[in-house]
Amino acid sequence: MNRASAQAQIHGWLLLLPAAALLALFTHYPALATLWHSFYSSPKGGRPALWVGLDNYRGMVEDPVFWQVLGNNLWFAAGTIPVSIALALLMAVWVNGKIAGRGFLRLAYFTPTVLPMIAVANIWLFFYTPTYGLLEQFTVDLLGLPSHNWLGTKSTVLACLIVVTIWKEAGFFMIFYLAALQAIPPSLGEAAAIEGAGRWYYFRRVTFPLLMPTTLFVLVNAVINSFRLVDHIVVMTRGGPDNASSLLLYYIYDVGFKFWDSAYASTLTMVLLAILGTTALLQFGFLERRIHYR
Amino acid sequence: MIDTSLKRLAALAAAALVALPAWAQEISFYYPVAVGGPITKIIDGLAADFEKENPGIKVKPIYSGTYQESIVKALTAHKSGEPPVVSVLLSTDMFTLIDEDAIAPWDTVATGADDQQWIKSFYPAFMQNSQTGGKTWGIPFQRSTVVLYWNKEAFKEAGLDPNRAPASWKEMVDYAQKLTKRDASGKVSQWGVQVPSSGFPYWLFQGFTTQNNVQLMNTSGDTTFYDNPAVIEALQFWVDLSGKHKVMPPGIIEWGTTPKDFFERKIAMMWTTTGNLTNVKANAKFDFGVAMLPAGKRRGTPTGGGNFYLFKKSTPQQQAAALKFVKWVTTPKRAAEWGIATGYVAVRPDAWDTPEMKKYVEGFPAAAVARDQLQYAVAELSTHDNQRVTKALNDGLQAALTGGKSPEAAMKESQREAERLLRSYRRK
Repeated sequence: MNRASAQAQIHGWLLLLPAAALLALFTHYPALATLWHSFYSSPKGGRPALWVGLDNYRGMVEDPVFWQVLGNNLWFAAGTIPVSIALALLMAVWVNGKIAGRGFLRLAYFTPTVLPMIAVANIWLFFYTPTYGLLEQFTVDLLGLPSHNWLGTKSTVLACLIVVTIWKEAGFFMIFYLAALQAIPPSLGEAAAIEGAGRWYYFRRVTFPLLMPTTLFVLVNAVINSFRLVDHIVVMTRGGPDNASSLLLYYIYDVGFKFWDSAYASTLTMVLLAILGTTALLQFGFLERRIHYR
Repeated sequence: MIDTSLKRLAALAAAALVALPAWAQEISFYYPVAVGGPITKIIDGLAADFEKENPGIKVKPIYSGTYQESIVKALTAHKSGEPPVVSVLLSTDMFTLIDEDAIAPWDTVATGADDQQWIKSFYPAFMQNSQTGGKTWGIPFQRSTVVLYWNKEAFKEAGLDPNRAPASWKEMVDYAQKLTKRDASGKVSQWGVQVPSSGFPYWLFQGFTTQNNVQLMNTSGDTTFYDNPAVIEALQFWVDLSGKHKVMPPGIIEWGTTPKDFFERKIAMMWTTTGNLTNVKANAKFDFGVAMLPAGKRRGTPTGGGNFYLFKKSTPQQQAAALKFVKWVTTPKRAAEWGIATGYVAVRPDAWDTPEMKKYVEGFPAAAVARDQLQYAVAELSTHDNQRVTKALNDGLQAALTGGKSPEAAMKESQREAERLLRSYRRK
């Protein structure tokens, strides 16, 4: 290696250093420390932390609440990810067309993203209120259906939270799709029109494949969000009734900051990290190969 | 030349350090409220008044959000070595704070001649959640109880005496049946009674259990009695209100929207905290009444709310200053002013004898209901590993109220979980 290239190497590393140091300090070190803590008991008052090996993991496997919140979280992900992405794409295609009031429509779709989750959760709380809430005014007063306690019943509470999340997220994803749509050269559409391709055929064979990089990005974000968004649970249900709406991260908060069982919270965090790490690997390793980048 | 001027500068700095005013005695004070709003102003005013009267001490209020956020902040600060000197936190977190070795009993600093008298000056009902093992760990400050609010107009419509609240369980069910408005198709436009069950159902449940003459835990906080037959019976009564008598909406009832349900006339009676008094007074567009909870075998309610705690890691001087501040803030006159301004129950009997309080109660008799109910009040559920043991009960209650489990099966399961958690605390 000659001198100039060594210098370039050093230069490159120096440029990376600030970001790498911050990442190591605030992401990698905490992740490793969490792994380490998950092998110890929680220190309490005078009692220091003791090495307990895999005890915390054994306790987790035997914890019915853990399995319940994990199941809830998978349903939550299955409910929010496909619908919010499909909806985002649909909205983006629509507001990308030449229609009257387009700017206003785009703004309207994007508004839920701008509002703080805590505030909108408080509003949705009243939407779902039995008898006089917005939803009940529609289902009971207009359709004549019997009144239902939407957030207070185990079978419907999770679906209610899924709807709030989709409403909140779709507009955000729409922005990415909109940007991607506008980057597609109009000449492709013109060429397709000359060839006699229909709109659906054009969307399926040209637009959608060209949007795949965006879809991957949105998908990664949607997966992360489905494990990360818990603000509305704090406001609307606090995990109830009987843990029916508790998600993994909310349970971690409960265990860590209400029960002060930091060791068990670390154990649960490792599960969350493992889930997110695996999905990220799958997404990048598997899907990326099938994506066409221009 | 430079050398001497540097020396002079150093000397000046040293002099400034020595000359720091004697009021370097600063006590940081975590208070559970978000920054801004009327309560913040009252607290700031109290701190300023105290500093004026005690020039040696500086009180620094730190607004720390909800109760839950406050204990998270206080305990995290404790673990990092710089906790507040005093903090208002939930009275039920006493065992948690003791187990974390975060707080010191007030008796360690309150050694003066009149100090024992001062500790005895509070309502005994409030001290139940403030003392354990013969020591006083909390000083009552903003405390509440559960009361029943009723809509007098709805009572009149249903042919009931608008000035009389139900006094017993049976009466409450009878009244509620008359107050529930149901059309031919079975659609309900007004429910008779509502007891919220979201978030912290155990607190309202303690109303039912106390009235059924049974305790949920022992005073040392290491044993619970969730599966006692009388507890199961109390839960059965709660479940029956919507299941059998059909006078309460089914499912889990949201705590936060319950006052709104009352204002919207969707419910004729509600159980909620005395802390909602000011809210109801401002927002109910009809004549309303406030009463003690109805009696089962006896009357009863849990207490609730926040106590002053003294943090262990502060210096003896800071602790002495904190004692001075807390004593100052809980004098009868100030306890009365605080109660009037916020709607919390003034924490000592002699506060109710002050002219200000007498005048207030005369104009608004509902304010005195909470005080009169205190003689029947018991300690709010509080144990070691408190929030987890409480959650075991909450989950069981919600499972029974949503029909997932029978009251008996639900309470047996809650008790089993509580036993598992508390076993280690009984080995001493």
